[in-house]
Amino acid sequence: MALKQLALGGAISLIGSAVFADCAFENDVPVKSLSAGFEAWKAVTDAMSECGNFSAELDQEFRKKQPAAFDANPSLYQIGGVSNGTITPLLNAGTIRPLDDLVEKYGQNLAPNQLIKVDGKTMAVAMMVNTQHLMYRDDILSDLGLDVPTTYDDVLAAAKAIKDAGVVDYPVGATMKSGWNIAQDFNNMFAGYGGQFFNADNTTTVNSEAGVKALEMMKALTEYMDPEYLVSDSTYVQQQFQQGKIAMANLWSSRAAAMDDVAESQVVGKVKMAAAPTAMEGGAPATTMWWDGIVIASNIGDDAADAAFRVVMEGLDSDMVTENNDEAIWLIAGYKPTDLAAGVVATATATPAPPAYPSTTQMGLLHTAVGNELPAFFTGERSAEATLAAVTDAYTTAAKEAGILP
Amino acid sequence: MKFRTLVAFVGPSVFMMLLFIAAPLVSVLMQSFQVTQPVMQQIEVETCTPGFLTQTCITETKTVPLIDEETGKTQTTTTWVGLQSYRNLLQMPRVWDAISTGQWGNILQIDFWKALRFTLVFTLLTLPMVIGVGLAIALAVNNAVRSLRGPVIFISLLPFIITPVIGSLAIYWLFVGDGIITSLIERWTGNDIAMFAQAWTIELLMYVYQVWHVAPFAFVIFYAGLQTVNMDTLESAVIDGANRWERLRHVIIPHLMPLIIFIALIHLMDTYRAFEVIVGFRSQAHVISLQWLTYDFLTPDDAGNRAISRASASAMLTMIGIVVLLILPLRRTWRDHKGTT
Repeated sequence: MALKQLALGGAISLIGSAVFADCAFENDVPVKSLSAGFEAWKAVTDAMSECGNFSAELDQEFRKKQPAAFDANPSLYQIGGVSNGTITPLLNAGTIRPLDDLVEKYGQNLAPNQLIKVDGKTMAVAMMVNTQHLMYRDDILSDLGLDVPTTYDDVLAAAKAIKDAGVVDYPVGATMKSGWNIAQDFNNMFAGYGGQFFNADNTTTVNSEAGVKALEMMKALTEYMDPEYLVSDSTYVQQQFQQGKIAMANLWSSRAAAMDDVAESQVVGKVKMAAAPTAMEGGAPATTMWWDGIVIASNIGDDAADAAFRVVMEGLDSDMVTENNDEAIWLIAGYKPTDLAAGVVATATATPAPPAYPSTTQMGLLHTAVGNELPAFFTGERSAEATLAAVTDAYTTAAKEAGILP
Repeated sequence: MKFRTLVAFVGPSVFMMLLFIAAPLVSVLMQSFQVTQPVMQQIEVETCTPGFLTQTCITETKTVPLIDEETGKTQTTTTWVGLQSYRNLLQMPRVWDAISTGQWGNILQIDFWKALRFTLVFTLLTLPMVIGVGLAIALAVNNAVRSLRGPVIFISLLPFIITPVIGSLAIYWLFVGDGIITSLIERWTGNDIAMFAQAWTIELLMYVYQVWHVAPFAFVIFYAGLQTVNMDTLESAVIDGANRWERLRHVIIPHLMPLIIFIALIHLMDTYRAFEVIVGFRSQAHVISLQWLTYDFLTPDDAGNRAISRASASAMLTMIGIVVLLILPLRRTWRDHKGTT
C-alpha cells in the first residue's frame, strides 16, 4: 500500500511542476514529524511529504521519546502526532504552542470539532477518532441464528453458542497483553459499569463495586479466548480475525480496514462492526473515545511553525481523505462513512455516550498500575478485591512519588 | 615493572572506569535516596474534544505541574527521603504480614520479590546445566574425528553468536500459540497446547533457551582447557586401570577446576541481569526479572511519568545481589591465588 503510494508519488513528481497542485505551496523550511505508525499516520505523512523538505518518523514507541524530543531547544521535531493519552506530558511541560493564529491564517478548511481546546486555546488539531468497538463475523452469527450482541451478557451467550457449534478455534479475542493493553481493556469495562477513576482529591476509586464487576466480566470472557490472551495485543487479535480463528472482539476501529485487506485477510467482507457492547442496563457502551491529531512544538521559530502548520494542513486535506477513506474514521471534510465506520458511529452516538479517555497525569499513573497488577488476577494468584487493593497501593505509591498525592 | 610504566598502562583504564562506571553508580546511589517531583497546582480547565460530528467540552479541576515563567521549564523540587524508595520497593509490612499469616505465596505477589525469586532460580538452576552441557560438548568435540571438528565447533558456537534478543524471539515464535513447533506437536498429539499461558512452561522454555545460548561459551573455554591436560598423568591413570569416568572425575575435572570457577563467575554476573528473555518471551504477566523491573520503572507512561527513584533503588539492590552471589566463588579464587604464591 505505502510502497504503491511511494511509487506513484515518484512517478508523479517526474511529470513536473504541474503536479504540485497536490500541494498548494512549495515548502522550503525543513520540517520533521514524530508520530505513531499505524495506517492513518502513513496516509497523512505521505500527503505531507508532497510539499517537499518534509521527513516523517513513524514509530509505535513514539510516546517514549516525544516528551524529551519536544523539550529540547530547538525541538527535534516541528510536528508531533498525539492522541488524548499522549498529549498530556507535552501540555504539562508547555512544549507545544497554541495554534489559534495559525488556524486563523491557514485553517479555513478545518471543521470546528477538529480543534482541541484547552482553556479556550487551540492546542492540537484532531484528524480522526478511534475507539474500541465490537467486531464480529457476520457469517457465523447469521449461520447460528444469533443477533448481534449489544450487551456483554449477549456476548457471553453468543460465545457459548459459537463454542458449542465449534466453528472457530476461539469465539472471543481481546487485547489483553499485560501492561498497557490489559489496562485499557479494564478501563473500558470499568467505565462501562459506571466507574469513575478518581475522587476529587486524586485518590483512585477503582477498588469499588464497578471494579470488581469489570474484573469478573473480563474473567468470564477469557473462558472463550485463546489461553495465551495475556500476550495478545491489537496486532495479534487483528491477525486472529484475519486468519478466521476468532468470531468476536472489542477491537480498535483503526484495525477495521485490515479485515478487508485482500492481501492479508481470509475473511474479506465477513467482519462487520457494531457499537461496543454495554456492560450494564442503561449504561454507556463499555469503551472510551480517543482522538488522534497533530501538535506543533513551541521551541521552534515562528517561521518554522508557520511552514510546519501549512504542511500539516496539506496532510489533513480532503484529497488525502478521498484517497484513504477507509483507513480511519476521519474528522476531515470529504470523509464518507462506510460500513467499516458503522461501529464507531453507533458507539459515539449512543446515549449515554462513552467517556473520552482522560488526558491527565493521574490517568497515566493509574494505567501503569492497573497494567502491572491485573495479570495476577487472571493467572488465579489473587482475588478481584485483593487485585484492586494492590492497584490502589501501586497507584498511591507512584502518585506520591510524582507529587500528585501529598 | 616500574611504577610509572604501570600507571601509564593502567591509567586510561582506571580513568574510563571512574568516568563511565563509578560516577554513574554514585549518581544512581544518590538518586535512590532522593525524590524529584514537579511542583503541582490545581487549576480549573475547560477541555474540548471531538465527539462524533460535534464537540464535547468539559470543565474539570486538573492537577498540573507549575511552569517556571523565566525558563519555561517545569519547576521541580528534590527532597531527601532516606530509604523510602527502598521501602516502596520491598514492601516489608506486606512481607511480614504474609509470613505471620503463613501465606508465603503472597510474598511473590510483590513485584520485587517475584522478580528476585525468578532471577535467583534462573541463575542458580542454569549454572550447573551450562557447565555440564558445555563440558559434554567439549569432551565430544575433543574425541571427534579431526576432520569433523571444524564443522562441529562452528555449529556449537552458533547459538552464542546470535544476538540474545533475536535468539529469545526465535524461540518465542517457534513455541507461541500458532508457532511451527506448537502446531507440529498439536498435530501429533491432537491436544491444544499453549506454552505461554502459564508460568511454569514459560520458565521451562527460558531455562532451555539460556542453556542453549550460554553453553557454547563454556564449551569454548573447556575445549581450550582440555588441550592442556597433562598426557603423562592420563596415561598413568590408564595404566593404573582407571576407566573413562574415573579419568574424568580424578584427572580432567580437577585440572579444569579454575576454568569452572571462571565460567561460574561470568555466568552468575551475566544471568543475574536477565532481561532479554523477559522482553523476547513477553512474559511480564507471569515471570519478571530484577533488571526488567528497573527498566519498567524507567519507562515513561502516556502522561510522561517515570519512577526514577524506585528504578535507582531497584538497580542498587540488583547490584548488591550480584555482589552477594559472587562472594563464594571469589573467595575460592582468592584462596587458590594465595595458595599458589
